[in-house]
Amino acid sequence: MDNRAAHALIRFGLGHAAGESLPGAPSTWLRQQLVGPDTAPAGLQPQPGGSVADAIATFMLDRSDPPPEGQPRRTGQLFRAEMQGLFQNAITTPASFRERLVWFWANHFTVSTRRGEVNALAGSFIREAIRPYVTGPFGDMLLAVMRHPAMLLYLDNAQSFGPNSRVGQRQNKGLNENLARECLELHTLTPASGYTQADVTEFARILTGWSVEQKEPPLGYKFRPFVHEPGPKRLMGYQFVEGEQGGIDALRFLGEHPATHRALATKLARHFIADAPPPDAIRAIEGTLRDTRGNLGAACQMLITLPSAWIPLQKLRSPQDFLLAALRASGLPADDDGPRKVPVIAILSGLGQAPFGAAQPSGWPDRAAEWAGPEAMLRRVDWAYGFAGRGNLPEPMQFADTALGPLLSDATGTEIRRAGSRRDGLTLLLASPEFQRR
Amino acid sequence: MHASNRSLVSRRGALLGIASAVAFGRSALALAAAPTDRRLVVVILRGALDGLSAVPPYGDPALIGLRPGLIPPQPGAEGGMGDLGGFYGLHPAMPGMLGLFRAGQALPVHAVAGHVRTRSHFEAQDLMESGADERMSSGWLNRAVMALPARPASGAALSIGVSLPLLLRGPAAIGSYAPQSFAPPQADLYAKLLALHQSDPVTGPALREGLAERGFTADHIATGQPVEAKDKNSFPTLAGTAGRLLAAADGPRIAAMELEGWDTHVNQAQRLNGPLAQLDRGVMALKDGLGDAWAQTAVLVMTEFGRTARVNGTGGTDHGTGGVAFVVGGAVKGGRVLATWPGLGEGKLLEGRDLQPTLDLRSVAKGLLQAHLGLSGPALAQVFPGSEGAPPLMGLIRAG
Repeated sequence: MDNRAAHALIRFGLGHAAGESLPGAPSTWLRQQLVGPDTAPAGLQPQPGGSVADAIATFMLDRSDPPPEGQPRRTGQLFRAEMQGLFQNAITTPASFRERLVWFWANHFTVSTRRGEVNALAGSFIREAIRPYVTGPFGDMLLAVMRHPAMLLYLDNAQSFGPNSRVGQRQNKGLNENLARECLELHTLTPASGYTQADVTEFARILTGWSVEQKEPPLGYKFRPFVHEPGPKRLMGYQFVEGEQGGIDALRFLGEHPATHRALATKLARHFIADAPPPDAIRAIEGTLRDTRGNLGAACQMLITLPSAWIPLQKLRSPQDFLLAALRASGLPADDDGPRKVPVIAILSGLGQAPFGAAQPSGWPDRAAEWAGPEAMLRRVDWAYGFAGRGNLPEPMQFADTALGPLLSDATGTEIRRAGSRRDGLTLLLASPEFQRR
Repeated sequence: MHASNRSLVSRRGALLGIASAVAFGRSALALAAAPTDRRLVVVILRGALDGLSAVPPYGDPALIGLRPGLIPPQPGAEGGMGDLGGFYGLHPAMPGMLGLFRAGQALPVHAVAGHVRTRSHFEAQDLMESGADERMSSGWLNRAVMALPARPASGAALSIGVSLPLLLRGPAAIGSYAPQSFAPPQADLYAKLLALHQSDPVTGPALREGLAERGFTADHIATGQPVEAKDKNSFPTLAGTAGRLLAAADGPRIAAMELEGWDTHVNQAQRLNGPLAQLDRGVMALKDGLGDAWAQTAVLVMTEFGRTARVNGTGGTDHGTGGVAFVVGGAVKGGRVLATWPGLGEGKLLEGRDLQPTLDLRSVAKGLLQAHLGLSGPALAQVFPGSEGAPPLMGLIRAG
């Protein structure tokens, strides 16, 4: 495996998987993953339960007919089934660059199980609002996300009422500006664009009526005209019409705003180049977004050509990156029950990155300083030692060759060969400095 | 307690004065050593506590009209707020705090806010923890440790949990300690890993500090093993642990804790009870853990901003400005509410929606650092750069 092939698998992908053939032309391997529809297997969708309507019906049933004491909730079972499918795909997919992009954008548009309904909706959120859009126009993903019940419930928009709408007047209810604010701050413009409190309030008015039907079929996203604030609205100096179309237009406007392109370029560069990416790299990606009206596939094509993206091991792996890389190289399946299985959700919780468990709408951090706490690093070591004690793993040097190839340092290789036991050798590999990086 | 853990606990006990500790879920704790007998604990309430619910100014005639349904019953009524002297009340979910107030050890500070006007949680938290006009790479509490009259001994710092808040990041060494859910390897393997990571600027120091705080120093490395967790996810448990650590004669002196769950956009009257009770029980557990050292302790409870004065459309409140902070402890001159009350009536609200702040949160922090830890004027200027407009607040700490 040459350096560039190893680097492409480790930086852009999710790590080299056991038995995965090596890309002969790494740039081509990456570029091809940006073309065509997502190839995630249909088996990723639990049956039944995978559709938005199924998910809503599931949490509604938990409410109306709670399982007996000691029995798991249906939403929890659905969440575990969804996560098992997602992680199983992440550790086996040959298109691991494409899959990294799915996780990247799912984190950009964080929804969290700290809001209970998200347990049921997380799988469909990724499947329907993220996965189809990671190589297309950003505005398409933005619209799909803002209409997905996971986001509408997580950030309270389903409970925001136009104060002058028919329902607002009758029930004396008003705005909830949570989604509007986080959309401007985190998903699109960022505060650098200079929007004001008035813009937040006005955008919240624009989004009134974007709601979730939880009772009568069809269950799912629903625009409620009688909840929508009447009249035109002004956002960032532009006027938007009354009705659902005003929201669609506003999201299109936000998705193509130069400040959004700057923010997305910075975030992509930070994820794929370095914690503090070079300004010219950000400018190059930003320029592509501007020229293509926000095409994310084109932005990634540009990213691949940047020399700074090809300097190895610049990024500290997040706990999830760390675990996925270990599991890919091990060839073991991800699963959450059964004595021989790898309990991914529990491990990631222990490592500090529970799936869909980010504390705040800003999602998981993407800088080394925020993952490299002393206890966090020790937990990786301890997990590695526990994992290395399993009986069904490859020989340490074979594991190292799969996982790191030429990026294994001489010092680590020497210690692995000298290790007193297979378990110690595998621990030294998985806890080595180079395995913490990508 | 399993027999195999007894020796570990006693060894850890000797070192740290505790048997268990935790930091996952919605709360976390970090600590630092400092050359003083005074204890300072800062509790960050992430998500923006609604100050008008925690300490309702029930004497302000405009309150009821702004937020019907969000105000606890009047003092004396069943389930009513505690009375803090005739104008302010204390939320009924905080009986411990009320007791401390009556004992002269709790000082609510009202109409307070950070110095930069933003309604972004993340920006406001960063600036509150940086203590400056822009986000810094270190927090004011870490810089305060560095600015103490005597420098802290290195290697004695400690943090609990996997996340270190910006508030305590910086040049003063902060380590970590947490219960084990994973299998720790033998000490010689740790030693090999330390050597492999030695030249890595990120993972090297992290591993070194982490092992040192688990007791795997050069002397211990042959025998050490960490302790088991007893229970999880409870802020009061974590606070009790913090208290016991801080009480130890050779323990840390500075602690930062985090408690989430304050972003009450919906159904606030119900949703605020849990976090307030957690906070209240946490403060009491901290006091119990500290024992006699409570007399030398000051606790600052702060949040990134207050919430809108009016109830929103969903029985909650949105991001606002002025809010409440608490200064608590045996060393605190409490039993009163400290505020220049701006009023809630017509024309008094900031931008027609938020409690108008009349006090800079940095003034409270500077007042504590000066009176409690003895930081000089120049030191305070280093800790809070550009804060000349926010002089230290006097009278927070008891004389002697």
